[in-house]
Amino acid sequence: MTIYNLYIFDRNGVCLFYQEWTREKHPGMSQEEEFKLMYGMIFSIKSFVSRMAPVDFKDGFSSFCTSSYKLHFHETASGLKFVMNTSLNVGSIHDELQHIYSAIFVEHVVRNPLSKLGQAIDSQLFKTKLDSYVRGLPFFTKVN
Amino acid sequence: MPIYSVYVINRAGGLIYQMDHTQPKTEVEKTFSFPLELTLKIYDERVVVSFGQRDGIKVGHTILGINGEPVRGRQLEDGRDVLEMIANPDNYPIAIKFGRPKLSTNERIMLASMFHSLYAIGCQLSPAQKSSGIQVLETDSFKLHCLQTLSGIKLIVLADPKQGGVEALLRKIYEVYSDFALKNPFYSIDMPIRCQLFDDNLKAALESAERLSMYTSGIN
Repeated sequence: MTIYNLYIFDRNGVCLFYQEWTREKHPGMSQEEEFKLMYGMIFSIKSFVSRMAPVDFKDGFSSFCTSSYKLHFHETASGLKFVMNTSLNVGSIHDELQHIYSAIFVEHVVRNPLSKLGQAIDSQLFKTKLDSYVRGLPFFTKVN
Repeated sequence: MPIYSVYVINRAGGLIYQMDHTQPKTEVEKTFSFPLELTLKIYDERVVVSFGQRDGIKVGHTILGINGEPVRGRQLEDGRDVLEMIANPDNYPIAIKFGRPKLSTNERIMLASMFHSLYAIGCQLSPAQKSSGIQVLETDSFKLHCLQTLSGIKLIVLADPKQGGVEALLRKIYEVYSDFALKNPFYSIDMPIRCQLFDDNLKAALESAERLSMYTSGIN
């Protein structure tokens, strides 16, 4: 079990924050392009799912699995998007992503008067808090 | 635990087969008095609810019928405009039927090619070594399962989140495809599948998968 990386996007598609822990493979493109591609994929999946759905739904898209990783998605009502990639054997981490939003993002970014909306987060406190929370999660075990 | 529908996508992202197995009913009819409590707007040549969920009518539902007459796009069949009818107080009380919009064939083709590219991007953005594309896509109301065969064909099944045994079902569908579509001398590869035997055997496979999962969930 491992956590690969985390992306936080705002409602306009700006990547507010990115961190990787045990990422094995990097796509052959610049990080900016990667953020755009990731946001575009999430955006398209959301529209795909809402049109494809045979029944009415509440939250919509929550995760997808490939043969080697699982992407978890959580969106707040204000449009903030949390995307976390983990290994396949991790169950639903909706509560953990909600915790990252309510107890770390709101506390250390929204309540920080120096952090501007719609810009990449450069608060060191947020980064340390997030890092220690993610490293403390039961499914975070570094595989070498 | 129903299986909703099956899609088959060829190597180029073209939709070559689609079947709806279980169509859940999502239609609500209600009689309204003037003025209407819902906010409607025109989206994609349809009249869609954009604000004001009530009595089972959800945002995103379209108007399917007015006073028992079916609605085509934004007009009734005799050519009267839906929004004009709703704006006129003389037409009230009015019975409006709402429901999830039915996908047209063109939309299905578009969604299939959209999934084709999402599959490729999912593979490209992988943080882990040697990843395939999207195999299972989960939402709170349905799960999409995808099997890409070695020959590049994608088999997609939309099912209830609790439906089990979909992996085995996908393999069974591949078997049915190889036996009844590929061995048909009148079928040319990568073209839409129009073949009665394929339809019948696919239906049988879906029904047995549904029965099997009902049986196993009955034991637990």
